Amino acid sequence: MKQALAVVAVATATLTAATAATSTARAQNYPTRPITMIVPFAAGGPTDVTARIVGENMSKTLAQQIVIENVTGAGGTTGITRGAQAAPNGYTIMMGHMGTHGAAPALYPKLRYDPTKDFEPVGMAAGTPILIVARKDYPAKDLKEFIAVLKTQQDKANEAHAGVGSVSFTTCTMFNVMIGVKPTRVPYTGTGPVINDMIAGKVDYACDQIVNLVPQIQAGNIRAYAIATPERSPALPEVPTTKEAGLPDYQVSAWNAVFAPKNTPKPVVEKLNAALVKALDDPGTRKRLLDLGGVLPEGEARTSAWLGEYVAQEVARWTPILKAGGAVQADSG
Amino acid sequence: MDSFIGNLELGFSTALSLQNIALCFAGCLIGTLVGILPGVGPIATIAILLPLTFQVDPIGALIMLAGIYYGAQYGGSTTAILVNIPGEATSVVTTLDGHQMARNGRAGIALGIAAIGSFFAGTVATLVIAALGVPLTRLALVFGPAEYFSLMVLGLAFAVVLARGSILRAGAVIFIGLLLATVGTDLQTGDERLTLGMVDLMDGIDFAVLAMGLFGFAEILRNLDNPETRDVVQAKIGKLLPSKADFKQAALPVVRGTLLGGALGILPGNGAVLGPFASYTLEKKISRTPRRFGNGAIEGVAGLESANNAGAQTAFIPLLTLGIPPNAVMALMVGAMTIHGIIPGPQVMTKTPGLFWGMIASMWLGNLMLLIINLPLIGLWVRLLKVPYRLMFPAILLFCCIGIYSINNDPSDVLLTAFFGFAGYAFYRFGFEPAPLLLGFVLGKLMEEKLRQALILSRGDFGTFVTSPVSAGLLLLAVLVIVVAIIPTVRKGREEAFQE
Repeated sequence: MKQALAVVAVATATLTAATAATSTARAQNYPTRPITMIVPFAAGGPTDVTARIVGENMSKTLAQQIVIENVTGAGGTTGITRGAQAAPNGYTIMMGHMGTHGAAPALYPKLRYDPTKDFEPVGMAAGTPILIVARKDYPAKDLKEFIAVLKTQQDKANEAHAGVGSVSFTTCTMFNVMIGVKPTRVPYTGTGPVINDMIAGKVDYACDQIVNLVPQIQAGNIRAYAIATPERSPALPEVPTTKEAGLPDYQVSAWNAVFAPKNTPKPVVEKLNAALVKALDDPGTRKRLLDLGGVLPEGEARTSAWLGEYVAQEVARWTPILKAGGAVQADSG
Repeated sequence: MDSFIGNLELGFSTALSLQNIALCFAGCLIGTLVGILPGVGPIATIAILLPLTFQVDPIGALIMLAGIYYGAQYGGSTTAILVNIPGEATSVVTTLDGHQMARNGRAGIALGIAAIGSFFAGTVATLVIAALGVPLTRLALVFGPAEYFSLMVLGLAFAVVLARGSILRAGAVIFIGLLLATVGTDLQTGDERLTLGMVDLMDGIDFAVLAMGLFGFAEILRNLDNPETRDVVQAKIGKLLPSKADFKQAALPVVRGTLLGGALGILPGNGAVLGPFASYTLEKKISRTPRRFGNGAIEGVAGLESANNAGAQTAFIPLLTLGIPPNAVMALMVGAMTIHGIIPGPQVMTKTPGLFWGMIASMWLGNLMLLIINLPLIGLWVRLLKVPYRLMFPAILLFCCIGIYSINNDPSDVLLTAFFGFAGYAFYRFGFEPAPLLLGFVLGKLMEEKLRQALILSRGDFGTFVTSPVSAGLLLLAVLVIVVAIIPTVRKGREEAFQE
């Protein structure tokens, strides 16, 4: 019996060693087959577009195709849950997001992953700035006046968002909490219908990503009060920053970053990070991301370690805001 | 008028370049094939093919992607007619009379009239977009939550008329459809509803899952159970092209369907879905022989196929002129445009007129190509019916499974479809029809969303649905439709029309 056990133990040990050896060898040759990048949102949305633009260039560098797989649902957490549980071999990676890796722990008490523990951060891809916009005839000429009007209006004002957990929902929760208003919040199922009803004057204001808004603002269909970045956007040079407009603490961006499942070998993560950084330096890729109004990471912000710290900061920042905004579900699980 | 012609000239000069003609053809061909494969929808296809378009200029890429979209609408009808499986929400009603025509040995005629009706609708819709696209955008803006809700109520009224048998049974089935639509995460609170604790149900049930199950899988079970019915389809092939009499019968329904479908297609929030249902209801109501509907009436195919295609085209209006996508496929087109460095919006027309008009011209060209691709293929498709069923049904099942998996890359969707397959078979055995259920399901989601938005905006006041003239008018129309549908039931009972 003891002998049998010993044989099993030796066999197991050999097997483990062999697996470890092959996985190291595999990591060195990585990648030898196409890589799947899970995008937790629908094809065509800002995160998907960012993933496809960056992924195309990374494919060239890695000499293997990066295949985008859109796994949607539950504010992006369905796709990220699947990504977190995937084999940590570098062949399944994912495009995480401000929502899935920042706001999700506060929004979904039954979340099956921990943004700070269950991933190997690869690197920041691009962020999209958030704008505060209102219907074009809203009676306020600048952000200060707008905030004052909202304060007197309180729940008489209608704020539209693209669904609980969406970027427009979380970022506007932050805005509302910060200026101390409790508007009537009207839920939609996407940004398109929000903009439609705002142009029609049926809702008052919203917060959303710049890429969805630029053409409407340029055409004068809706009015932009401020952009929540330190500097003005070249796409909308006339829109003041929140700092200029008097709400300097409102700094928020819908960032997109590449993650791998926890325990993905370090050499693999390094290779992916190098490919990502190369994509961000490629003039063609850069131009396409900037044309979308994107903000690209520079210097230290491109490293895996920086992303890991940033995720921890984001989770710590969003949880109290969303709780104060009354957006957190009662823990039923 | 001069500028109209000048613009079209600019458009055709763009669309008629060799490269763009080739891309348009490729798009239409891929679209047709994708539409024919049950379950594989245009969304998955466009998403998969998006990277391939990186190499081409934006206009070429968009022409091809648009071709896939309306090509899929064409192809979807083929599957609906031949094997009774609606590939798209819009071809659900096509199964009613289209498949009956196939059973009567008129598959070729059904396919032919669908193709020709669609071409006519596509041509008219293209002209409408070119001439009136900009002013029509206003229509999309008139429709707020309250108006949209009332439109959905009208849609539900159509569902009652759609039913072949007892109104009570139809009502029950619609209600089940509405209930199924409430599964998933609550819009306002984010709480899970009726998910039985299953994560896979958190985002509700996908339309394709329900449709493939209730129609595709259930149809196979039904055919295996009852060998005679499927042999009927095989025995009779009949003529391939519609006769003069067929054309005469189909002409007015095509025109009415085009107008109805085109108008509904402009609305935000996937108004195009309603087009075929509305057209079918209209044709059945104004027909002197409504009893033929459900038993292979050509008007039932011609009208709604035109409505379907007209709606598919006019859905581009809000996208091209306003930059707002009215449905999921158009949202994907927004993504495709942004990837190619064009941010869709009101400025597309003025900043890149070549792209705007080129795309419109290519739509007409694409419709012409679809006609050229599809008419010769009719013979081939009809011959497909001769394939022994024991070979046919595993192939259909396989394609259904691939298609369903491809929607969301989720294996649990396939299992859910199997469940709905059994449910659909049970419905059939107990004499309930699945088509009104699907309509109830499609409308249910939008209806709840719009109802809640309207009531939040009015602070709980139901008066909001009657103070808006558009909304009040639609509600009145809905009441009228139901009354007209109920009167004959009250008078003589409609049970006699219900037989398979």
